Amino acid sequence: MTKNFEKINDSLIKRQKSEKNFKLFGLIGIICAISFLIIILTSIIIEGKKAFVSTYIKLDVFFDSKIIDPDNTKEDSVIKSANFNEIITKSILENFPEVTDRKEKIKLSTFISSSAEDELIKLIILDKALIDQKKELWLLASSTIDVIHKNPDMLNFPEDERLIDDKELKWFQWFLSEEKIKFSANKNFFSNADSTEPEQAGIWGAFVGSFLTLFVTLILSFPIAVAAGVFLEELAPKNKFTDFIEVNINNLAAVPSIIFGLLGLAIFLNVMHLPRSAPIVGGMVLALMTLPTIIIATRASLRAVPPSIREAAIGLGATKFQTVTHHVLPLSMPGISTGTIIGMSQALGESAPLLMIGMVAFIVDSPGSIFDSATVLPVQIYLWKSTAARGFVELTAAGVMVLLSFLVLMNAIAVYVRYKFEKKW
Amino acid sequence: MGFWAFFIIFASSAFFLHWYATNKALRFNAGIKEGSKLPSLPQYYGLYTLLWFIIPILSTFLIWTIFKPFLVDYLVIQKIPANLLNSFGGNPSLILSTVKAISLQNIFPGTKQELIDLAKYMNELKYSTSSSFYIAILFLGLIGSSFTLKKISSRFRARQSVESVNIKLLIFCSTIAILTTIGIVFSLIFEAIRFFEQIPFFDFLFGLSWSPQTAIREDQVASSGAFGAIPIFSGTLLITVIAMSVSIPVGLLSAIYLSEYATNNLRAFLKPILEILAGVPTVVYGFFAAITVGPFLKGLADSFGFSIASESAIAAGGVMGIMIIPFISSLSDDVINSVPNSLRDGSLAMGATKSETIKKVILPAALPGIVGAILLAVSRAIGETMIVVMAAGIAANLTANPFDSVTTVTVQIVTLLVGDQEFDSPKTLAAFALGITLFFVTLVLNLYALKIVKKYREKYD
Repeated sequence: MTKNFEKINDSLIKRQKSEKNFKLFGLIGIICAISFLIIILTSIIIEGKKAFVSTYIKLDVFFDSKIIDPDNTKEDSVIKSANFNEIITKSILENFPEVTDRKEKIKLSTFISSSAEDELIKLIILDKALIDQKKELWLLASSTIDVIHKNPDMLNFPEDERLIDDKELKWFQWFLSEEKIKFSANKNFFSNADSTEPEQAGIWGAFVGSFLTLFVTLILSFPIAVAAGVFLEELAPKNKFTDFIEVNINNLAAVPSIIFGLLGLAIFLNVMHLPRSAPIVGGMVLALMTLPTIIIATRASLRAVPPSIREAAIGLGATKFQTVTHHVLPLSMPGISTGTIIGMSQALGESAPLLMIGMVAFIVDSPGSIFDSATVLPVQIYLWKSTAARGFVELTAAGVMVLLSFLVLMNAIAVYVRYKFEKKW
Repeated sequence: MGFWAFFIIFASSAFFLHWYATNKALRFNAGIKEGSKLPSLPQYYGLYTLLWFIIPILSTFLIWTIFKPFLVDYLVIQKIPANLLNSFGGNPSLILSTVKAISLQNIFPGTKQELIDLAKYMNELKYSTSSSFYIAILFLGLIGSSFTLKKISSRFRARQSVESVNIKLLIFCSTIAILTTIGIVFSLIFEAIRFFEQIPFFDFLFGLSWSPQTAIREDQVASSGAFGAIPIFSGTLLITVIAMSVSIPVGLLSAIYLSEYATNNLRAFLKPILEILAGVPTVVYGFFAAITVGPFLKGLADSFGFSIASESAIAAGGVMGIMIIPFISSLSDDVINSVPNSLRDGSLAMGATKSETIKKVILPAALPGIVGAILLAVSRAIGETMIVVMAAGIAANLTANPFDSVTTVTVQIVTLLVGDQEFDSPKTLAAFALGITLFFVTLVLNLYALKIVKKYREKYD
């Protein structure tokens, strides 16, 4: 007997150990998944937060009338066509009287972003009294200087890995020691569209594009999906045709998104000749993609309405259609809106089908209507990632942060709607 | 008349007609002192009139927008002078594309006057037809609604008519899902057939080399592109296998922990966090794979003294695996939860520990559902685009080495179609051939997986 007890006791210890191990494995699985999420988010925030500031350089700018307005006309058109680049170059050269070589002068002038010229033009047009005056100004630095300024450890790199050569480094360090270089909020990022220069590129154009595209998506997919959901859940007879529709909807929910892009390219662009790269086409493609999501959400929330409500309405003499439109549909609206917001947030993050219909064009103006060429937030992220210039890496991460915050916002609204308005029967 | 002017007139007359018809029905009812009033509520007469105003206008508008480009093309072709046709070798579609390329604001010097005239004519057609068309369809709508206004009488049952029209509209909206599927299949098949006219089907399916860059000149090196898709399929398979080997263990273990071990509070806290992973856009994963994981793995390999490609399959596949974790975990979670408690209780009552119950009773019982979940996840991985576009390579290497750079079906579709397109070269059409392969593989996987899951649910319901 004791032998058997020993055997059982031994095996019990083993079994309890394996029980503990198994539980631990499960926990490790969860921890892995969550730490992946944390790693992704922190690496993006670390990279992206740099893009919210940009580097400015302090210069004593002398608005020379000989360059700006030699004939003293004080007309805007004359000022606009003046060579402001020369003014900037002169004022930066004042700090370095020893630089005489033409090539070196050009190198120095590229410390300042080309957009600074426009800034100066605006300044002069607003206040013409500045002509022939000297003014201390903080001007936007070029992307190269910005990158160096943001990554101080780059200063110790060997010359060929550093983006700037030894002379430029010397000048940069002079600015640093004189405290004529500083970080300030990056206004361009939130107000500009795309640009070839990282320091001038912004997310605004893509934001407007995303807004227009989602607008089209919502206008198309919400009514169609709700109508389809209502029909399938409430009114449809059970037959082969409705079964076939259901199979189609379930299957469409799992079709790779890029296939929808091919559909848009072949039908909307090549057959219907709609404009390429336009939010109207993007919105149509995304609407087809979000249809299944909203239909499934609609059906689920219609199903959640208790049958007693339908019976009461029918008992009072309402027709089936009136029962649905007057009672069941309004009661299930919170669930439907939650599903719609979630579908929209999926559409906001979708980019693959939009690549197919040409929304990857380089667009410097924010689109004015749904027929203009546009790009959207995720595609802008893809475009910036594919650009070689070093300054775009931070911009990409910052773009990701903007996209993620919109997604968080939309999902928060969905959760709020669900808790606030959804009835538990 | 521009679009917005049309729209304002359209909307305001719609409102007016609805109001007018409802009022007319009310007045009709008020006029009857004895005998039967209208059989339906007055608002239904308003709605009926409204429907007969809106539907003719919207349907003609839709048909018009779809067919207008063809009509304009046809009219322009009719206008082509004979001498121009001769100078283009008797090919009117060539003239048409030349005319379309002319920008009237900025005419290229030396363009033939006839072509410019045609372009002006085309422009005129495009814009001038609009206003007369808008007036015509508004008129059409008014005719439709005026007939319905006359019909208001005690014999006409408006509610029945409105409801039957509405149900037809609902049915139409439901069939959009079918139309989309048909649209996908046909658009892919037509372009793919054109591809297979130029490249033999079996060369595509079993060829070992893929280089779609067809030469511009005849005498260039490698002038004929190679369209053997095996390296692409193998690359897709490799990345999918890597993704699955990350996501299956992590996803399944998380699902088991969440459904069997976690307390309700912990579950309510952990599940939404896992769902966040599913809500992150794929472009973000792609960026993470390309900027963080790729260089990290390369650095790691360098420090161990061997070199890996910077766009290695393992970086793209691994990150794709992370993306798929919540997919597997939430589907398996559902499946495990639907195993009836009697099975658990029976096993525990026999003295089995919890882990033994899970391993020997619950998992075998849930296996079909889990397999279904995994198949759905595989179809997700095969069709995933942005991660591989950003983090995997473009060159089609036939290799099973996860540290090498491989390419996938979706990457090839994107590279072939982004940028300049000409719709008769095999290069562009190849994308559609790849697309239809992708569509059918995922379709089969999805249908099969959905069937398994459905059967499994029925078993325990």
